[in-house]
Amino acid sequence: MTYFPEEVVEHIFSFLPLHSDRNTVSLVCRVWYEVERLSRRAVFVGNCYAVRPERLVQRFPNVRTLTVKGKPHFADFNLVPPDWGGYAGPWIDAAARSCMGLEELRMKRMVVLDENLELLARSFPRFKALVLISCEGFSTDGLAAIASHCKLLRELDLQENDVDDHGPRWLSCFPDSCTSLVSLNFACIKGEVNPGALERLVARSPNLRSLRLNRSVSVDTLSKILVRTPNLEDLGTGNLTDESESYLRLSSALEKCKMLRSLSGFWDASPICVPFIYPLCHHLTGLNLSYTPTLDYSDLTKMISRCVKLQRLWVLDCISDKGLQVVASSCKDLQELRVFPSDFYVAGYSVVTEEGLVAISSGCPKLSSLLYFCHQMTNEALITVAKNCPNFIRFRLCILEPKKPDAITNQPLDEGFGAIVRECKGLRRLSISGLLTDKVFMDIGKYGKQLEMLSIAFAGDSDKGMMHVMNGCKNLRKLEIRDSPFSDVALLGNVAKYETMRSLWMSGCNVTLKGCQVLATKMPMLNVEIMNELDESSEMEENHGDPSRVDKLYVYRTTAGARNDAPDFVKIL
Amino acid sequence: METVVGDLMATELRLGLPGTVDDMKATPPSTPRGKKRTTAADPVDDSAAAADEATKQRDAEAAPPAAKAPVVGWPPVRSYRKSCFQSSSSKPRSKPATKEEAAPISSTAAAPSPAANATAGGSFVKVSMDGAPYLRKVDLRMYKGYRELREALEAMFVSSNNGANLSEFAVTYEDKDGDLMLVGDVPFEMFTSTCKKLRIMKRSEATGLGSARQ
Repeated sequence: MTYFPEEVVEHIFSFLPLHSDRNTVSLVCRVWYEVERLSRRAVFVGNCYAVRPERLVQRFPNVRTLTVKGKPHFADFNLVPPDWGGYAGPWIDAAARSCMGLEELRMKRMVVLDENLELLARSFPRFKALVLISCEGFSTDGLAAIASHCKLLRELDLQENDVDDHGPRWLSCFPDSCTSLVSLNFACIKGEVNPGALERLVARSPNLRSLRLNRSVSVDTLSKILVRTPNLEDLGTGNLTDESESYLRLSSALEKCKMLRSLSGFWDASPICVPFIYPLCHHLTGLNLSYTPTLDYSDLTKMISRCVKLQRLWVLDCISDKGLQVVASSCKDLQELRVFPSDFYVAGYSVVTEEGLVAISSGCPKLSSLLYFCHQMTNEALITVAKNCPNFIRFRLCILEPKKPDAITNQPLDEGFGAIVRECKGLRRLSISGLLTDKVFMDIGKYGKQLEMLSIAFAGDSDKGMMHVMNGCKNLRKLEIRDSPFSDVALLGNVAKYETMRSLWMSGCNVTLKGCQVLATKMPMLNVEIMNELDESSEMEENHGDPSRVDKLYVYRTTAGARNDAPDFVKIL
Repeated sequence: METVVGDLMATELRLGLPGTVDDMKATPPSTPRGKKRTTAADPVDDSAAAADEATKQRDAEAAPPAAKAPVVGWPPVRSYRKSCFQSSSSKPRSKPATKEEAAPISSTAAAPSPAANATAGGSFVKVSMDGAPYLRKVDLRMYKGYRELREALEAMFVSSNNGANLSEFAVTYEDKDGDLMLVGDVPFEMFTSTCKKLRIMKRSEATGLGSARQ
């Protein structure tokens, strides 16, 4: 290969789509390393503290798409204290100095400040796409900066961020010369937007394919917008609470959108709106009704039974088992299903049970991705599901009451989950719940050979449980555990494993400071972060609880050493 | 140390054998409080307390925790989703609602919101409510008296509780000694200086005041 000119080698590398493949070829020799790094266009950083931003931009100066993820997954559920870290600033600063060609930035679970967005907006003349998912720290002023200065902006996608609202001005900051928008998602913006500014922006964006509005946008405004976007493929509505006359206008506007394949929003949707959506249903491949507690089982099923091409469905559990049976008989192409709880109280009553899941599994054999919140489950149901759907890639089951056993036999759910890992040979992500002993971990370790991410809560009897997973799951990248009886023995049972993983999270377990110190000493390429709750009652706790017990532990491999932005409550060993 | 637990339990009128407790909830596993577990075994009223402890252990082994006490971060639902629901449970009309809800949303949405966690002077105390998925914090200095505090708690919790009334609940607090007290007995000033934590519990559970644990 060294006889080829570098341009040829670079061309060959351009056929390698996976980051892992490019990482591998860069290890072959110096020449390949150089060719690869200078031609790398997309870099994915799964943990922002795994590598120093300066180092990364020096190695890949010509990167065009940068993806960075910050806080651990359990931060979504308030298990990571605020001010833990995950700052976007250093990444944007470093890129601004070294990567002039940056076009796309994607960030998840990071703290992004307005000043970071301002720097971003001014630093990259070819900037095209900003995607922020579950981020916080910025306001609509930062968005105004992006709108004002990114002349070639194609994509502004804000998913479930916590954004401070400083008024509707930001949307009006898109200059009249901005006509390049392809995707605009501001569903998570809490405040109002100027309907006129929105309509004008849409009118001058002929390439718009994806538009997700926020709750403040009325049916009337939506109708006016849709007249301008006949090529729209993905729509997130505003609120659907108006009187019926508005829906007639909406209906005729929707009829023009022949390319519409995906629908979401439905904020505060009144049942009156449902029939007006019918003409769209036949073509839909994606439908998200999971923010709409105002539609009941019968409204939902009337809509969904017409969505015969549906591949992705997100709903609330008010759909009930009966509704899921309708889904099973109507949506034969279903690949992804998410059923969210409408009532967050743990001791509620069962609207969605194992029966709904079994119905889905027998009606939808292509199902590969599941997130299912329910109040009860049985081993028999899970065994049936596993047989019906051996193609699961993602299987996340959350039984709302911790440690709840099989609803009929009162046994642990080891057998059921065991069947899932045994039958679904391609399973990459698994979340388990309910009453579970070490037995389920034996099966996970034995059969979960493709498993990359495992989430454990209130499960297991002893250290053996965690050891089965650590020793058996060859491809494990992320392990997150809460409130399970695993101690230092399990933590230290296979320390070399952590080098092959992105991260480990353990909270509410039985690891101690001593155990963590041993880990940190044995494995210098890991950051071992411990966090203990410092609240008023902790003074009382220390006398009687175990003071060396670690509340929260986050371990990750890194080439960057201990980070210097950690708050007081984080101790890095 | 004498505890409220043993005293009240011993003098309570109830059906059932002395020493047995119905409706015992085992400890939520995520909060192992060494101190609280030994409270019931303090030698105040040996027979009641010991049987109490035995019942608790039996319940803990036999049945999974009923988990009515809030477990932090459970169920695993994103704060964004939870905050969307809190605003949708009030008026359907978004235009008038948005402005009112803008404030509560930003304070109820995830932990990240810095304002909600500013602990100036340490007068912020945690407030938990039976059945609610996550806790809140209030600054006791903000209220002039018990009525204002009650109103604030009602606004914070009850609106998301499907229209239930705060009168169905007993507001209790944990004082400096770790005892669980009913709010309202002492002058408000004294209360704010000794209160460490607030807990809103169902009245049915509050009959034997000590049966509540953390």
